[in-house]
Amino acid sequence: MIEIRGLRKSFGDLEVLRGIDARVAAGEVVCVIGPSGSGKSTLLRCINLLEAPSAGKIQVGGVDVTDPDVDIDAVRRRIGMVFQQFNLFPHLTVTENLTIAQRRVLGRGKQEARRVAAENLERVGLSPKADAYPSQLSGGQQQRVAIARSLAMGPELMLFDEPTSALDPELVGDVLGVMRLLAQDGMTMMVVTHEMSFAREVADRVLFMDEGVILEEGPPERVVAAPSHERTRTFLARLLDPAAAEVTREDDVNRRGGG
Amino acid sequence: MTTTTRPRRLTRRQRARLVRGVQYAVLALAILAFVLLANWDQIGEAFFDTAIIGDLFPEVITVALKNTVIYTLCAFAFGLVLGLLLALMRLSQVAAYRALATVYVEFFRGVPALLVLIAFGYGIPVALNTEVPGGVVGTITVALGLVAAAYIAETFRAGIQAVPKGQMEAARSLGMSHPRAMISIVIPQAFRIILPPLTNELIILTKDSSLVYLLGVTLPTRELAKFGRDALNQYVSMTPILVAGLAYLIITVPLGYVVRRLEAEQAKAR
Repeated sequence: MIEIRGLRKSFGDLEVLRGIDARVAAGEVVCVIGPSGSGKSTLLRCINLLEAPSAGKIQVGGVDVTDPDVDIDAVRRRIGMVFQQFNLFPHLTVTENLTIAQRRVLGRGKQEARRVAAENLERVGLSPKADAYPSQLSGGQQQRVAIARSLAMGPELMLFDEPTSALDPELVGDVLGVMRLLAQDGMTMMVVTHEMSFAREVADRVLFMDEGVILEEGPPERVVAAPSHERTRTFLARLLDPAAAEVTREDDVNRRGGG
Repeated sequence: MTTTTRPRRLTRRQRARLVRGVQYAVLALAILAFVLLANWDQIGEAFFDTAIIGDLFPEVITVALKNTVIYTLCAFAFGLVLGLLLALMRLSQVAAYRALATVYVEFFRGVPALLVLIAFGYGIPVALNTEVPGGVVGTITVALGLVAAAYIAETFRAGIQAVPKGQMEAARSLGMSHPRAMISIVIPQAFRIILPPLTNELIILTKDSSLVYLLGVTLPTRELAKFGRDALNQYVSMTPILVAGLAYLIITVPLGYVVRRLEAEQAKAR
């Protein structure tokens, strides 16, 4: 479904992606983990060209999206994208959020668009909120609406960019629950996340990124449970126990001060 | 040696009460002085001469207020269209468009509206031997519209830039083209943001429309300021000026109310 070869991306002098090769098969769920600044989000944003790659090739469903002559709007129609900040349209109701692209992009009629919207709202468990405005919803509800908005376009592939990072801890579970159902339905998913329990339980494969390269990849029981790389181990240890990371940093300072 | 009993320190509440008391006292004294010293007969005659007020109606509404509204709306419409165009130019990928729009905005924000009106009313007719079509309405529309466009362009630009980048990204991710995302997602949100400052622009323009008196308007094309001034000459009384002023308030006070309502609603939506 996705095939990435030699992908590089620079912002000015800063090279964020330094040669990425990756594949995602149809129906596969791939979680991308790694420290902040490692290029996870940039990788995801390159796949639907929210960022233009500096070099390399990306194919999505057999279409080369890095070809300058490609109809990028047509490509994006087939790729759902879920953002950390939800990015619902605040001037539209929940139903309108789900219907506007169906109508304006896919040319569906009002009745059909509303029917598809209702189906997908039901899928994320938010049918009662159909006429609410985004500002009236909790963060978790907004993110589920955002997922439904993408699903309403009938995507072949869904990209999730830290979908639960902006949520209060008690709201994370609902969003992950919806994503778990999607995975069970066979949706092809690429998920940038810090939720290790989700990665371990739902992912078919986990990619560990650090400093712009994929350092390690494999089934979650290997990458998350028994990482072979030192840096993967350090990252996971800090994620599981942030307090421990604090001690390590202080150690560094002390060592530098002493030396 | 004098024995002074050190004044007891005031509590914060007592001090607040004292400060408020002094303020009320000053206000009461000022009002009292005004009431006692003013010549009420003269004031009544000069400002509220009912006979003159009767004479001024209905022309103050049917001619003067109507013309003020017409001049204002024509100039505003002109400024809106040109302003949106300039705003899009300032946000363009093409550097030349950005530069052009910037020069335009800096120029027309920096010169007095009066000067622009003189240029179009007298300068261009004399120098180029052509007149702006549409007579007085045409001249005021173009002159004040050009000035208003500079301010409106900046308002539009700020509004469009105030819409979070994620909105455009979400719209594009759903397969919308850039123009479609602008029209359906960004501009409607920008419009909400700029509605209060845009309404303020309309209020300013309403008052600036009085500059038209400079063009030497005829009886049927008089607006409020010129109407008041003519009546002042005729009656030698402040009454027509006061009436003209109140007529402006008929337009500007409700608009000001609308601005405050919109701002309050926006504050609530955040």
